[in-house]
Amino acid sequence: MDPTHTGTPRTAMSRTGNRTRPGVGVSSSDRPRLARHVRLTFCRTRQRQVLQLPETVVVLNGSGADILQLCDGRHTVAEIVSELGARYQTVPDEEVRQFLTRLVARRWVEFDDG
Amino acid sequence: MDSPFGLLAELTYRCPLACPYCSNPLNMAGYQDELSTGEWRRVLAEAGDLGILQCHLSGGEPLLRRDLMEIVADAHGLGLYTNLITSALGLSRPRAEQLRAAGLDHVQISIQADERTVSDRIAGTPSFERKIEAMGVVKELGWPLTVNVVLHRYNIDRVAEVLALAEEVGADRLELANTQYYGWAWRNRDALLPSRAQLEAAEAVVRAARERLRDRMDVIYIIPDYYSRYPKPCMGGWASRQLTVTPNGDVLPCPAAQSLPLPRASVREDSLERIWAESPVMTAFRGTDWMPEPCRSCPRREVDFGGCRCQAFLLTGDAARTDPVCHLSPDHDLVARAVEAANVDSRAGGPPLIPRPHQVRPHRVRRPGGAGRSVPGGE
Repeated sequence: MDPTHTGTPRTAMSRTGNRTRPGVGVSSSDRPRLARHVRLTFCRTRQRQVLQLPETVVVLNGSGADILQLCDGRHTVAEIVSELGARYQTVPDEEVRQFLTRLVARRWVEFDDG
Repeated sequence: MDSPFGLLAELTYRCPLACPYCSNPLNMAGYQDELSTGEWRRVLAEAGDLGILQCHLSGGEPLLRRDLMEIVADAHGLGLYTNLITSALGLSRPRAEQLRAAGLDHVQISIQADERTVSDRIAGTPSFERKIEAMGVVKELGWPLTVNVVLHRYNIDRVAEVLALAEEVGADRLELANTQYYGWAWRNRDALLPSRAQLEAAEAVVRAARERLRDRMDVIYIIPDYYSRYPKPCMGGWASRQLTVTPNGDVLPCPAAQSLPLPRASVREDSLERIWAESPVMTAFRGTDWMPEPCRSCPRREVDFGGCRCQAFLLTGDAARTDPVCHLSPDHDLVARAVEAANVDSRAGGPPLIPRPHQVRPHRVRRPGGAGRSVPGGE
């Protein structure tokens, strides 16, 4: 085996990277969906939704999990924002948009063309 | 104590390559009695119960296990995210298609350099062309592809070309990992250690490429800890996030830990859950209570966890010492001297690079009648 896999943590628990990439943004009519290599699953042990990617696990909080469950290629960004607003009075619209923007920048969430 | 996130399943140490930086144990003979398919299935089920979410299938060369597809299917069925870490020798299109159908999520293919001659020389066997072909198959089948490259004195000057190759094959991730000195690599340390000038040049190239490629490819760069002020946060802390199961069923906090003088724990004798929670190999250095000074009172003790226990043991003979990589370690001169030697101006006639002898041998468990099978590159 190559030593890439010695001594480096293979999982990341916290969401990393608040930077957004220039030119990457979300518009209200976009219909986000998870990228093909990304899986949203429920972890029985932790009783939390988790996002699974190559070499990465993201343990999600409630609103993060809700947003990602709505990233199904059918709901628009506007619908997701409004749904989250209905579920959590404490989550401002702008935060939902920023969360999605970060996920798009990391290529974890994509938009269908058209 | 938290639940682990990842299982590194080292299915076999048999390997068609003979890389001089191999980190697998020196005593390969001790690992020939490999876990059976049924034993691996039990390990995977116990891993799922323990909260493990990702299963890294590694080796050696995991494709040498004929039951790889069954193991992948089982892990997938348990909801684990499965990751194959391979040399790609043996990743034919039909085999790849079977693995895709079994639910394999992600493929990592190693390459030793950006072009055939150097790559094949480092790997010790003609392999470059087949690796490139396999990368194409991985992309065609719609997998995310990670290209793994271990960097050292003999290829680090080609990092720009390596980046270009990764871009050309459509890699989603590129892991550029400076050699870590365990197993066979420890033997070759003085030959493999790059100079400071080499590192600085490579790091400038990597920084620029990250910026340029950021909407296409993740470039992961694992620093050479001999050149750092502080040690790496090895494994995110001892027995904190991940565990390793070796080909014969030993359970370790990291793949290098077999070198430490700790009592063995084996899935053949105990459950993964009990081993994780209670076995001395897991509890010996978990948390911060074991720490000596200068770690004990250091504000970074929960940042780097005292560095790497295996490195401390290899360098000082005592696994409980501060990692000598740290500039605060009383043993730091052991590292400083190696770095100094790597930076002598004219190193012509430096230490020779000793290739790892090929380890592919007739294999006891999986061959009824005991007939051996040789693989490409094997003796």
